[in-house]
Amino acid sequence: MSTATDTSDRTAGRTTAGPAPAAGRARLLRWWPAAVLLVLAVAPFSAVPVPGLLDGPLGSAGSLQLLATCLLFGALATGYDLLLGRTGLLSFGHALYFAAGSYATNLFLLEAGLPFALATVLGLLSGIALALVLGSVSLRVTGIGFSMVTLAFAQAGSILVSRNPGGVTGGEEGRAAPSELLPSSLVGIDNTANLYWIALAYLVLTLGVVHWAVRSPTGRVWEGIKENERRVEVLGLKPYGFKLTAFVVAGALAALGGIVHLLLTGGSTPQTTTSDFTLSLLVMVVLGGSGTRWGPLVGGILYTWADHRLGDLAGSGAVADLPAVLRVPLSQPLFLLGVVFVAVVHLLPGGLARLPSRLRGASNRKETGVS
Amino acid sequence: MSTLVLLTMTGLGLGALYFLVASGLSLIFGLMDVLNFAHGALLSIGAYGTWWAASGNLPGAGPGGAGFVLAVLFGTAVGTVAAVLLELAVVRPLYTRPREQVLATVGVGLAVPALLSGIWGSDAHPFPGPEALSGTFGLLGAQVPVNRLVLVGAAVVVLVALRLFLGRTRHGLVVRAGVEDRAMVTALGIDVRKAFTLVFAIGGCAAALGGAIGGLYFGSVDPRQGTSLLIFAFVVVVTGGMGSVTGAAVASVVIGLVQQFANYYTAAGLGDLAVVVLLAVLLLIRPRGLTGRLA
Repeated sequence: MSTATDTSDRTAGRTTAGPAPAAGRARLLRWWPAAVLLVLAVAPFSAVPVPGLLDGPLGSAGSLQLLATCLLFGALATGYDLLLGRTGLLSFGHALYFAAGSYATNLFLLEAGLPFALATVLGLLSGIALALVLGSVSLRVTGIGFSMVTLAFAQAGSILVSRNPGGVTGGEEGRAAPSELLPSSLVGIDNTANLYWIALAYLVLTLGVVHWAVRSPTGRVWEGIKENERRVEVLGLKPYGFKLTAFVVAGALAALGGIVHLLLTGGSTPQTTTSDFTLSLLVMVVLGGSGTRWGPLVGGILYTWADHRLGDLAGSGAVADLPAVLRVPLSQPLFLLGVVFVAVVHLLPGGLARLPSRLRGASNRKETGVS
Repeated sequence: MSTLVLLTMTGLGLGALYFLVASGLSLIFGLMDVLNFAHGALLSIGAYGTWWAASGNLPGAGPGGAGFVLAVLFGTAVGTVAAVLLELAVVRPLYTRPREQVLATVGVGLAVPALLSGIWGSDAHPFPGPEALSGTFGLLGAQVPVNRLVLVGAAVVVLVALRLFLGRTRHGLVVRAGVEDRAMVTALGIDVRKAFTLVFAIGGCAAALGGAIGGLYFGSVDPRQGTSLLIFAFVVVVTGGMGSVTGAAVASVVIGLVQQFANYYTAAGLGDLAVVVLLAVLLLIRPRGLTGRLA
């Protein structure tokens, strides 16, 4: 469905590299991610104002917080796409592993009083163990049945958290992380830059893991499962184990993301356990382009930024002055989101990542006169 | 004994509600491979339509007697129309892309509850209903609320109607054949797309009816109701075996009863977890669900 983008990008890079200067330029162009990374890494030192996009200058605590959230969700969407875009597994329960990372780490700190490093490791392991157990059950059904079962498990998790068993999850309130048990360099508004760097590091790690995993022999089998699971079976491979591997790797990345979220927001909130949360991940991936290298990242960043901005739009005076027919839908961010999502699915197959090649294709057809 | 009877009737009522949502979901899935995430939204539309009409906004409709029947009919009709529109405008253009069809319904499933809470607020509204249906009746020493009986009755009517439709009519034959082998039906020169719209209309009708009389059961309507029922309907569909209406009926009863009994005899809220545990156990023993339909 959407695996072609990576390969077509690569071959396009090769074929256009005809003459020597162009080859040099193409080689330089291949390093653009490093350049972007460098710009992102030094962003906290900059005071450049970004009017329209951010409220304050780039290096201010508020901007860094928003940017870090954008990077975190970009990374989370990239990890989620390991299931959806790479293996063809439509999981509706990814929020569960994200929330597990956040809540487990927080509870190891709050209830057991463990040191921060140990709590983090145990929190991550809890997320992995949960993904292993629930993945091995839900992968017993295939196709859309898998989606429904993952959703049911995630819903059970969400109910459990909101019922507040033994007072440990804090119910609807969530639990704030104990600031005295966190490293002092990660607490307080003055240290937002450190949190931002952690989010950036999580993004780099996720991109690295996904990139490496997809290229590994296991990744090739994932691609085969996505295209045609039965053919993989005929080749003598058991898809179950490979799918479980993808599920656990994605779950581990999500749990790690949950820990970053815990630090970034200073607590665990029940909103991260809801099915709406997983659906928003799905929106990010499809918006950016499922199964592409940068699509989910772009989708995640764009979605998170728009989410913040749509909230502002909904509360703004311009919307309040509109007639009711326009005001009511515009004041509901989820309505706008749902409509945008339906529009993306209809009008933009392959997401934003596919847009440049679609436009190129359209103009090529026009030039050569082939319609 | 009286507790047992009450729990059983409440569980059956809840199961009836699940069946009204799950039957359409199961048929749509069986025929089109589309998991309709907007199905809960159709239920909400039915519930709000009925509430709106019964609150005196529709001439002739009201909270009691024939007025309430009219309100329920109105809510159900609105839900059916919404389902047809959903199929024509959102699902049909993506005919060749089943995965995208599912995703598009996810978008609708997000947008509709948001729109409802935008128009009528996110808080629950008390649901008007006839006096006769808000009382209780004696059964084996227990005082059972009448609305449980209405729900079970509606579910039985829908089940019988669906079985008659699928088993005795030509359209039903096309739908059944489509569920078994869509490619073959298309090859025989039958327009399956008409069957798609029909199945969406039937499913939407059942879900909206569920919303209309579900309001009696819950005593209120709120925008999130449909979505939360939808998740249990998913569990029912998987448990019953996908695409099977009879399987959905059996699974609805089992799930509704397990949930009620677990909620009463353990801590409140554990019933929801018990249902999911039941699902996990079933998948470990019979991955294809109760009826053995392929997932």
